[in-house]
Formats: sequence, C-alpha cells, structure tokens
Amino acid sequence: MSSMIKPRTWERFFWPLIAAALLLALWHYSVVWTATKVFPSPMSVEKGIVELFHKHVLWADIEDSLRRVAIGFGLAVVIGVPLGLSLGWYPSANQVVNPVIQIVRPISPIAWIPVAIIFFGVGDRAAIFLVFLGSFFPILVACVSGVSSVPPIFRSAGRNFGLSTPQLLARVVFPAALPQILIGARLALGIAWLVVVAGEMIAVDSGLGYLVIDSRNSGKRYDLVVAAMLMIGVIGLTLDFCFRRLEKIKSVRWGFRDAS
Amino acid sequence: MSQTQEVVPGIKSAPKLQAEHLGVVYDRDGQSMPVLDDINLQVSDGEFICLVGPSGCGKSTLLNAMAGFLSPASGSVAIDGETVTGPDPRRILVFQERGVFPWLTVEGNIGFGLSKLPRAEREQRIAHYVKTVRLEGFENSYPSDLSGGMKQRLQVARALAVNPDILFLDEPFGALDSITRVIMRGELLRIWQAERRTILFVTHDIDEAVQLADRVVVLSSRPARIQDVLTIDIAHPRNISSPRYLELRDELLKQIGLAYEI
Repeated sequence: MSSMIKPRTWERFFWPLIAAALLLALWHYSVVWTATKVFPSPMSVEKGIVELFHKHVLWADIEDSLRRVAIGFGLAVVIGVPLGLSLGWYPSANQVVNPVIQIVRPISPIAWIPVAIIFFGVGDRAAIFLVFLGSFFPILVACVSGVSSVPPIFRSAGRNFGLSTPQLLARVVFPAALPQILIGARLALGIAWLVVVAGEMIAVDSGLGYLVIDSRNSGKRYDLVVAAMLMIGVIGLTLDFCFRRLEKIKSVRWGFRDAS
Repeated sequence: MSQTQEVVPGIKSAPKLQAEHLGVVYDRDGQSMPVLDDINLQVSDGEFICLVGPSGCGKSTLLNAMAGFLSPASGSVAIDGETVTGPDPRRILVFQERGVFPWLTVEGNIGFGLSKLPRAEREQRIAHYVKTVRLEGFENSYPSDLSGGMKQRLQVARALAVNPDILFLDEPFGALDSITRVIMRGELLRIWQAERRTILFVTHDIDEAVQLADRVVVLSSRPARIQDVLTIDIAHPRNISSPRYLELRDELLKQIGLAYEI
C-alpha cells in the first residue's frame, strides 16, 4: 500500500461494502428507470440463484465445471512442469522446439473448439482438452524461465555435494524455480476457469458455461444467465484465493518477498 | 595428521593439495584471455592458506579451479596425489553470499549433503553442526529469517557436515559488516582448530589474511602468478597490535603495492 496511513480493520470491510452496495443500487435503478423487460434487476437475479439451488442443477453444473478444470489443469501441470524443467535445463532442446511453442501459444483456446470437437466429439473430453491447452503454455513458459533464472551458485553448490543431474533437477532446480512456477500456474488456473466456461457454451451440455447459454436459449431467462455469471465470478475468485494460499507455504515464501 | 602443523605451519609432508604449472584461460568473444599463469602451490594437510591479490586478479578463479569447477588450460591440480577432474563432496566450496538454499530450513540446509546416511546418524550430524556454528534455536528457521552472518555460518555448517578434507572459502565474509566480520573470523578459527580441516580462503582483506592464515599466498595482477608466499609465524590467539603482526601486515601491503599511509 502506498499510503502511509493504515486503514482500520472496520474500514477495510466498510468501504468495499459501500462500493458494492452503490453498484447494486446503480444496477437496480438503471433497470427501474429504463423499464427494461429483458435485463434482470438484482432482486430477480437473487431469486434466480435461489431457484437454481432448489432445482439442484447448480451443484451438478458447478461440479462438472470444476472437474473439467481439475483434470485439464492437472494434466497441464503433470506434463508442463517436467517438460518445462527439461527444456529450461537443456537450452539447445529449447531452441529447437521454442518456435513451434511460440506459434501455438498465442492461439486462443476458443479457436481450438472446432478442432476439439473433431478430436473428441461433443462431451467432457473436448472441454478438458480446451482447459488443458489454455493452462499448459503459461505453466510451460514459467518453468522454462524459472529454470534459466536459477542462480548458478545453487547449481554449483548442488553439484559440489555430489548430486547427479536428475537429483540436481529435483532437489535444487525445481525448488529454486518453484516460486516462479507457482506464479505461472496461478495465471494458468485463471485462464483455465475462463476457458472452461467458453468451452461449455459450445462443446458440452453441462457445466456453468452451458447453464449460461441454456438459460438464454430456453426462454430467455436472463435472471438465470446473470445468476450463473455471478456464480462463475465467485468460484473464480475462490479458486484464486485458494491458490494464493500456496504462496504462504514456507518453502516458497522466500520467492514472494521483496527482500532476500 | 600432525598436531603441530597448526602452530608450526608449512611442514612439508606429502602435500594435501598440489597445483603444478596451473593455467586457466577464459574465452571471451572468441578471444582467449589468460587468467592464471603457471601457478605452483603445495598445501599441507590441516593448513590454513589465504589467497590475496588485487581486485579481479583471478583469486576466485584459482579457487574454482582447485575445487574442480573449472578445468585448467594447462597444468593440473592434485589432491592426495589424485588429479582433480570435477567437484567432489570431499572438498566443498563456500560462496560469498546467497549460497544457502532459501527453500530449506537450517536443518534442511545442513542435512543437504547427508541424504545417503541413515536417519539417526544424519540427525546426530545435523545437531552437532547446528551446535558447532551456534545456531541452536534456529533449527527450523528459514534463511530469510537469518542475518547475513548466520547465513554464512549456516553455509559453513552445511559444508562441514559432509565431512570434507578441504574447505574452499571464496570471500565468505566479504558481504558482512566489519563487526560481524571480526566475530566470524574468530568463529572460523575456533571451528578450524576443533575440526582440523585444510582451508583455502580467498580474501581481499589484508588484516583478515594475517589474522587467519598459516601462510598467505600473494597473487599478481592478471594473468595471476604467485608473487610471494608469506608465512605468518604468530601463534593463535594472535595479538593484532603486536609488532610482528604489524610487520607482517605492512609487508603484505607492500607486496600488493599499497602504501600504508592514506
């Protein structure tokens, strides 16, 4: 925080609440004053959320979305981290594959949707594939740059204690690069959550993304559309919050401090 | 191992470490730059050697070559008669700073080179060296919570824990403030006298060299040659205002080409 004055505890909660309340009020009165019949007011969205919970579809959709993210993101970690460590360790190998990676990386996972459907059909696996694509590259790139920025002094020390190359990678290079890998993984998780919603709007018939598009298509229920959008926001925030807890683990905390 | 070597240094038994016609060349932009030229040095077991010389002369290069991190362009380094071909846990290099692993606790750092030992022995070894470098109470602390001096003691402990014959120290106290530096010298001498290892110590600090070493090796400017070897014939603990101490210090200052008046 740039200000020297520390906010008091109650202020830290009070002002954000005021801001949120003002935004809700603005939303509410905009709906009232424009007399729109299409866009829902906050109250009808709240009723929409309650309705979704009562119909029990919400839990199933949340579960489907989270499962796809967990599998796709998990695969990206399991494949991306060892591959990234190897490419970072062998720069000559990295030079060979880097052009291909740099061309594939900027392609939005959304552009892959038709290809995903050809490969996997409409279903879970297409969505998982899209999530994987979206989270794989940030993790890979973070690993490669994480390894190359490991101070040479750590490698020398590791070799001095008689470590073989695999041991050096596991016991020195990986932990030394871990803070940077976590930053990449956190970015990847955020992208995964964006991608799963987009993917579910087209490539499958369940999940929060499907809930959004289905609520619109079957009867223009915009109260449910916005309700689902809010749920997507809250869950995304929760995922990021949980992931940030990892940065507090003591063996990586050193990498997230300004000093040392 | 002779017990008298510490007081009467430079006794010539079979040398622990021997550098013969050692030369190191750096390759920079396709041009070869000689850094070390025809270095000949014999170090006895248990001896404390300080390497001094003008800044950038190649002191660290010499240390790295002897520790096996650089391969010589000519000549060779032998330890116990065996030619050095690479780094080895029997001889550990201690860096100036940032050498400890920040993701491991004090215990984890000291135990880093001990993963092959059975658990009980490892824990015993860790406890011993925590005590040796006086880090009791900080066993579970991370390096970011330690002061600069404590981090360097931790690095020394991590090195000693694998029971090396030789410690190579590359300006280990160079980044510390002057008071901590003096305390650390005392600590290192105490550890050296208790553990009896051969130590090669690079420093740019003349006083440090005269306070610590059995012999001080003076290197010339680049490409470095051995200009002189000075035997510090004062018993420990050394009185740093004694005439002999001042005489040796002045001699060293003169060797490096510094006036002793500012």
